[in-house]
Amino acid sequence: MITELTQQTTLPKHLLDFQSWSRKHIEDLFETAKLMQEVLSRPVKKVPALTGFTVATVFFENSTRTRLSFELAARRMSADVLSFSAATSSLAKGESYKDTLLTLDAMGIDAYVIRTDAAGVPYQAVRWLGKPIINAGDGWRAHPTQALLDAFSLLERLGSLEGRKIAIVGDILHSRVARSNAELLPMLGAEVWLCGPATLLPSGLPKVTMTTHLHEALRDADAVMALRLQRERMDKGLLPSLPEYVAGYQITQERLGWAKPGAPLLHPGPMNRDVELEGTLADAAQSLIERQVANGQAVRMAVLYHLLVGRKSA
Amino acid sequence: MQGEILLKNVRLVDASGDRGPADVLIGEGKILALDGGNAQRTLDASGLILCPGFFDPHAHLREPGQEVKEDLETGLTAAARGGYTDVVSMPNTTPPVDHPEVVAALIKKARQIGQARLHPAAALTQGQEGKLLTEAKLLKEAGAVMLTDDGKTNEDAGVLALGLTYAASWGLPVSVHAEDAGLRRGGVMNEGPLSFRLGLPGNPSAAEAARIARDLEIVRYVLERQTQDARHDPRLHIQHLSTARGLQLIRQAKAEGLPVTTEVGPHHLTLTHERLESLDPVYKVAPPLRTQADLEALIQGLLDGSIDCIGTDHAPHTQAEKEQDLIRAPFGIPSLEVAFPLLYTELYLKRGFPLATLIERFTDGPRRVLGFRPIHLEEGHEASLTLLDPKSERAVDPAGFASKAKFSPWAGWRLSGWPVMTWVEGREVFVHPSFAVGA
Ligand SMILES: [Zn+2]
Repeated sequence: MITELTQQTTLPKHLLDFQSWSRKHIEDLFETAKLMQEVLSRPVKKVPALTGFTVATVFFENSTRTRLSFELAARRMSADVLSFSAATSSLAKGESYKDTLLTLDAMGIDAYVIRTDAAGVPYQAVRWLGKPIINAGDGWRAHPTQALLDAFSLLERLGSLEGRKIAIVGDILHSRVARSNAELLPMLGAEVWLCGPATLLPSGLPKVTMTTHLHEALRDADAVMALRLQRERMDKGLLPSLPEYVAGYQITQERLGWAKPGAPLLHPGPMNRDVELEGTLADAAQSLIERQVANGQAVRMAVLYHLLVGRKSA
Repeated sequence: MQGEILLKNVRLVDASGDRGPADVLIGEGKILALDGGNAQRTLDASGLILCPGFFDPHAHLREPGQEVKEDLETGLTAAARGGYTDVVSMPNTTPPVDHPEVVAALIKKARQIGQARLHPAAALTQGQEGKLLTEAKLLKEAGAVMLTDDGKTNEDAGVLALGLTYAASWGLPVSVHAEDAGLRRGGVMNEGPLSFRLGLPGNPSAAEAARIARDLEIVRYVLERQTQDARHDPRLHIQHLSTARGLQLIRQAKAEGLPVTTEVGPHHLTLTHERLESLDPVYKVAPPLRTQADLEALIQGLLDGSIDCIGTDHAPHTQAEKEQDLIRAPFGIPSLEVAFPLLYTELYLKRGFPLATLIERFTDGPRRVLGFRPIHLEEGHEASLTLLDPKSERAVDPAGFASKAKFSPWAGWRLSGWPVMTWVEGREVFVHPSFAVGA
């Protein structure tokens, strides 16, 4: 089945955000992800597609879940994986991102998966390295594979996103997941509503609607996504208290009733149970949360495949 | 002193205007004549521009303590190459320049280096901690020309009022980095739709305007309560203006007659926040690059004199520091070596900004802010001068900077108007290598 993949169109060289990606690119990628799902359903979940390639996961910010998902995705396609994680404290000692990446590059890397707590490092890496770069989350800027797996999971459940109202609720201002979804979902025809406390809403994101009123955001929504709330927002004075947030923005069974019947519920994880969501909702039939994790594998396999092999055939 | 030199057919430009060719005789540290004479050396300077030496009211030379970024030797050499004969160094070093002995030692060392002249600014408060005043009288006697806590943003209005009141007795201007720390928060770029889209913490223009409004009220208050026998008015200098709104406030204050001056940096006149789309920390400065509308307003303010002068805010850093991410990378870019050709090309050649006015903002403007005598191209005036080549175009090449900081947002920009010779009191401190002076 892997041979069919070489018919795909050329994708951009990197996955930093969706600025240089078209709807066609995304749809091609999702076709591949479906084939990857098939691989993952086999008893032996491994194909030789990336034999001989080395993928480096470079995590300047910790995220075990995302790192494991990428590494497993690479290994299931027989790539070698070099795993590098460094607390930013080691950077403070004087070695620059550039030095770190160039050192790894000397070891013969074919593609980089980079995560940092500050916007921009994967973009800088593009200037320093001539290799495909996948942004695995950079500060508040972008987390494109998360948005891809969200969209893929939504498509699986809803069939099409054309004209669908999707509500994203929580700390939008500090969310790379929200930014990436706000770029990707409208490309696929969806109508995105971003909702959260006024102090946690940016202004001026294109092609989305902003509201501070949860009812407006959730009313007749086709899907609802809750974002992780970090406790430091309270320390910085952006939110009065956790109970205040819960009162205004927690997704409860009752509030989910404002959305269309059976509207799927998503969360990028890790979840604070009983903060962003009423605890039991995570395990309800409407919840796509586990499906998101499983699809993350298939989507990341597709991304790696396209950036490393798919481009060559074009 | 290399003896006398005669510049034949050089075009004179100073605050009094753009004047036709003259044969300028330089010797004994002075302009001896504008109508020729005998000299040991003669230079055919047809097509070149002679102007008073540039004066930078705002540079970070990093000595003492951060010599890995820059030191007096590299910084003052960079200044001379940029056509500067005089440089005010900012006191936010490690430790900060808050003692008369440190000021005296810096000046002594700079004299030995013999490049551009150094005029240290000293801290307004001890340790730049914003609490206790420094010894303004002793600092002035040691050679300090200005008091400032610069990047430490004078959050305590009462301390700034005391500092302005006290420094006035000794004729020292106080300069401020006008940004409200609370509004600025952790902002690394101009706040607006672009910062939200890029996921970068924003610094709103209100942070600058709110602080300027507060500081202007403090000046009014200090003026009102000043005793009759006070010898000088307080003088407030607002550093590196970045917003149209801030400019509007200063314009109103000047119209009212308040003793306030301001400067603008070359980056705020040539770059806007859209550059941050590249997510490249080379564009990270404080205050941040703003919008095109702000840039246009600043150029207008520079033209009509609401903005008194150009201050480079030359802020060198190591490559590794600047190659961190946008949150951690330090603010600032080195600019002493490119400031003039940059504005000559971008403002004068491309926009028709009057040349004599531009040169005034590099020469008399800053001297006036600091209470220095102007230098004009007249017989008997001090020969601290800059010779410019308006014709040859050259690309900015940071690798060739004398500054230790080898990065630049203008790398590759093709500019003309490069300084080719700089004299400090008749002494040649810089001669461009391609510029052989005939014997
Ligand atoms: Zn400053």
